[in-house]
Amino acid sequence: MNAEAAVFYVLAAITVGSAAVVVLARSLIYSAFALLFTFVGVAGLYLLLGADFLAATQLLIYVGGILVLLLFGVMLTHKLYDLDLRSEVTQFLPGVIVSIGLFAVLALTAWRTDWAGGDGRAPAATTREIGQLFMGRYLLPFEAASILLLVALMGAAMIVRRKRSA
Amino acid sequence: MPSAAPSASYLTSHSAILAFLLVVVGFVAVNLVLWKIIRPSRFSEEKLTTYECGENPTGSAWIQFNIRFYVFALLFIIFDVEAVFLLPWAVVFREIGPLAFLEGLVFIAILAIALAYVWRKGDLEWVRTEDRQV
Amino acid sequence: MSGLSDHWAGLSPVAQQFWIAVLKVAVIFNVLLGLFSFMTYAERRLLAFMQFRLGPNRTGPFGVLQPIADGIKLFFKEEVIPEGANRWVFVAAPAVAVVAAFLSIAVVPYGGPGLFQIADLEVGILYLFAISSLGVYAIVMAGWAANNKFTMLGGLRSAAQMFSYELALGLSWVGLIMLAGSFRIQDIVTAQKGGLGLLNWFCVVQFPAFIVYLIAATAEVNRTPFDLPEAETELVAGFHTEYSSMRFALLQMAEYVNMITVAAVGTSLFLGGWLSPLPLLPDSPLWFFVKFGLLLFFFIWLRGTLPRFRYDQLMHFGWKVLVPVATLWILVTAGLVTAGVPGFRR
Repeated sequence: MNAEAAVFYVLAAITVGSAAVVVLARSLIYSAFALLFTFVGVAGLYLLLGADFLAATQLLIYVGGILVLLLFGVMLTHKLYDLDLRSEVTQFLPGVIVSIGLFAVLALTAWRTDWAGGDGRAPAATTREIGQLFMGRYLLPFEAASILLLVALMGAAMIVRRKRSA
Repeated sequence: MPSAAPSASYLTSHSAILAFLLVVVGFVAVNLVLWKIIRPSRFSEEKLTTYECGENPTGSAWIQFNIRFYVFALLFIIFDVEAVFLLPWAVVFREIGPLAFLEGLVFIAILAIALAYVWRKGDLEWVRTEDRQV
Repeated sequence: MSGLSDHWAGLSPVAQQFWIAVLKVAVIFNVLLGLFSFMTYAERRLLAFMQFRLGPNRTGPFGVLQPIADGIKLFFKEEVIPEGANRWVFVAAPAVAVVAAFLSIAVVPYGGPGLFQIADLEVGILYLFAISSLGVYAIVMAGWAANNKFTMLGGLRSAAQMFSYELALGLSWVGLIMLAGSFRIQDIVTAQKGGLGLLNWFCVVQFPAFIVYLIAATAEVNRTPFDLPEAETELVAGFHTEYSSMRFALLQMAEYVNMITVAAVGTSLFLGGWLSPLPLLPDSPLWFFVKFGLLLFFFIWLRGTLPRFRYDQLMHFGWKVLVPVATLWILVTAGLVTAGVPGFRR
């Protein structure tokens, strides 16, 4: 086993282990904190695959943004006296069906994809390629993203405002 | 564009960061262990009370807090994603030329509308007038 | 000695690179530790002089041994975890803070390519941006875990402040990336090279971005006038009120290392890093340390001079002044580059 494989297994163990804590922890706060390690583990896996831009973005947006938002959300919406915030098993059957369905889709996609072995070219500058694709082939999605962000922002602002007046 | 194993320089530079990470983690661990060995331990109930300027603490600190924190976290994520989109654009800006300027202008203009919207609607106010009245 | 060099020559290139990396990591880590202890001393002394006091002057000549005395003292303090606290998170937070603080300095170049940098990442700037967002997390953890009202408020304030200003920080870099055409910090430093010496630096060419960076960086590391999270007069000590002994030391270390990082990053990105300020003098890592020292002094000077913001003013300033200015400046830079204005063409 070479060093790369060893790093991969360590990262995979961190990711899966902390993800299990996220799901199984009785307290939502622990789940949220464990999610940090899941996100960092996934970022490490991206890095190992040569997707450095994606890895940094993963850290930036998921750990720095979404996770803090999640934590704020958990702290904000419940009174956390004595960690009385428990996640319970509800809707067991629908949950099982959805997760089996999701797993099937993912497994099928992974199975069917023709994984390119690659031509040995190093991913020297993924960012530059991403930028060029934004300016060319994916020009419309790039601009659409800004509109999506605008709509998301307006929606978020609306929801927050309505809650307060109610 | 999937490719084979990343280049050697890519791996060396990232493994250097990994090594640095391990050194830092090791340093923290050694310090904490050393501290555990030499620190005294004189237990007393009084010491363990939460600090509240000399008063006995009342209730828990884990309560609901101002919703403004949440609003600003939301705003941050939106603009953070914007910044992430702008970065690859900035890298190739010179190579593309005027077209890139136009595209960036449209992108930033739409987000300027977003900022103007929340500004106008008062979501950027830390203390809103309606909060005051409540 | 010749045995060692023979042995070295016999190693494979990969093994050689590995040992060089180990050496670099060891040296830079120790330099950082030294710098951290020196900064704790320098800050107290300088502040004292600015306020017509003496500052620590008893341990060793001029009190230079003060950091060592402090360190030893903190090792001999007992552990106190308040009874209402969440032990796991309380214990983990300082470690996360230190790790996040140290990690970001790994991409800063002290000199030309090669030896003077731990890693010259392709996505250097983005890496900085990403790691600095980890720091927010440690502070939320620390503030929440102690189950104390002051730490809770301090942690929340700190988190909201840090991500608000992080945005401005990130946006202030976009113009530089446009001019350098790269995320690599080494490229950004060399893009500032030119016949005019210090007039080619980005602190001149990108002056508004530089100002935004300085302000946002000060806020990012929670220093005066943005030290709201610690606002002694209202929040005791903010998010680390309940921390003592070694864990307190770790949190302090994280704070100082963060300050060192933003100064080093500012030096590289805006002050030309290791480039010489005058066209005729040679470039050298020495220049890096001179500018870096000046920036560190600047942060201390600010602390000795300015009063603290009020929290609502702070948030307003971040969102209504810094973010719009930074965004506008991106557009201006884009326009100037497209128009091919001298200095923006390169």
